[in-house]
Amino acid sequence: MSVLVWVEHDGATVKDATLSTVTAAGKLGDVTLLVAGEGVSGAAEAAAKIAGVTKVLVADDAALAHALAENVAPLIVTLMADHDAFLVPSTTNGKNIAPRVAALLDVMQISDILSVESADTFTRPIYAGNAIATVQSKDAKKVISVRGTAFEKAATEGGSATIEPVSGAADAGVSTYVGSEIAKSERPELTSAKIIVSGGRALQNGENFHALIEPLADKLGAGVGASRAAVDAGYVPNDYQVGQTGKIVAPEVYVAIGISGAIQHLAGMKDSKTIIAINKDEDAPIFQVADIGLVGDLFKIVPELTEKL
Amino acid sequence: MKVLVPVKRVLDYNVKPRVKADGTGIDLANVKMSMNPFDEIAVEEAIRLKEKGVVTEIVVVSIGEPKSQDTLRTALAMGADRAILVTSDTKVEPLGVAKLLKAIADEEQPGLVILGKQAIDDDNNQTGQMLAALTGWGQGTFASKVEVEGDFVTVTREVDGGAETEKLKLPAIVTTDLRLNEPRYASLPNIMKAKSKPLATKTAADFGVDVSPRLTTLKVVEPAKRSAGIKVADVDELVGKLKAMGVAK
Repeated sequence: MSVLVWVEHDGATVKDATLSTVTAAGKLGDVTLLVAGEGVSGAAEAAAKIAGVTKVLVADDAALAHALAENVAPLIVTLMADHDAFLVPSTTNGKNIAPRVAALLDVMQISDILSVESADTFTRPIYAGNAIATVQSKDAKKVISVRGTAFEKAATEGGSATIEPVSGAADAGVSTYVGSEIAKSERPELTSAKIIVSGGRALQNGENFHALIEPLADKLGAGVGASRAAVDAGYVPNDYQVGQTGKIVAPEVYVAIGISGAIQHLAGMKDSKTIIAINKDEDAPIFQVADIGLVGDLFKIVPELTEKL
Repeated sequence: MKVLVPVKRVLDYNVKPRVKADGTGIDLANVKMSMNPFDEIAVEEAIRLKEKGVVTEIVVVSIGEPKSQDTLRTALAMGADRAILVTSDTKVEPLGVAKLLKAIADEEQPGLVILGKQAIDDDNNQTGQMLAALTGWGQGTFASKVEVEGDFVTVTREVDGGAETEKLKLPAIVTTDLRLNEPRYASLPNIMKAKSKPLATKTAADFGVDVSPRLTTLKVVEPAKRSAGIKVADVDELVGKLKAMGVAK
């Protein structure tokens, strides 16, 4: 089977979620990567070094900048004439593009797969991960998004794929990129952080969040996350949100502070290796999944913990 | 401008889903069903656009079992003007839903279709993007802000690193994220009034659309359970554990 993977990149490097997608693609067959964008030669070279990749297709065109789905999808549909499956990482960009490709190919997409059982059968979470469905696709071609935490990352070195330019990109003329506000942080990205410190509603306001959660995270070299409640209340921006509809994370250690543990939040972090919970309510559901729990007042505990580490 | 808002009837988000003993799916017998929360946000956004004078009519659509009528009535009580129910005996997948919505969009000619970004039952996150593909329209997914100006809609989107803004030519597709707005509750008088608002009932066959499923669910199981661990008494003990794990020095 020939598998095409859409590469998420920043022009120069390949994002981590793509590496997990390459691993999933490798379970299906020969892996070809598509690096689309404007000024992407650096990313294409990085992609060619990824272990297990046969070929890298490079589409360099102004119409493909900013990964606008309206422009990227038709190009992928053309390329799919030579491929049997199309895979994307389940990132916001991947989720934006893949269903547009699927519908143009008249294929029912399989979202967020956790495993490849066979060439047409996959497992995926439903109901915020409260159930795992095994689904079989009857479509001749497959369109799949891949949950990054469910697959090992392919090695970024060791591959020697051929690089081949592709043309045919066009501006569909229905959408334009205006701008973005991408938070710059020295801290590790949530989806690739080894340790995450997350705060919830119990922090009461943004000042407390910054004053308590961030120093602890910095002490541990951790990424910073938040529950939906903390994001909705405006303590931190949306890109901090861990949960069913936010980011799905599975770090070595997840520290949940003042987070009660609604099923929607647990859906985003319950595959973490070790979960540590700090909460004043000893009956909080978070303690049902935590490996280590500490019941008490976070306003006393967190500064003491940061101090003693 | 007319707005089309598709809504889905799903297991209420406060109810813990239970996997059926025979592994065929989730037990939905005698449990509370509600409008998908993201769809409530979509209905609310349409109402706000109407209140601003941008939108003249809000048409809500639901595809599913006859009981989806309740979900449509909720949307009408919130402030939608009329409803279309497309009944189906079998489960319709996002691709089939998108095809039906395309047929309805051809008839209704909306300027904007606002959908929830995903339904909280199947967590697919596909229908809006698929409808955009079939119509050839622009797609503003995961919206946290929607501004209609002239022949364009500017959508601020929640993306992995923060926020991104795109300008789309109308007609266009918007899918809602959590922080676009806070949906209103329907008042009792509006709930009464909604009972007399028009609701048309159709079937998938009426639109000549083949909605037979492409995916077969072979089984549904509970995920591996995490067991509760230990409780530590104080910060010193926690620090000791972290050091033993190599997380702290």
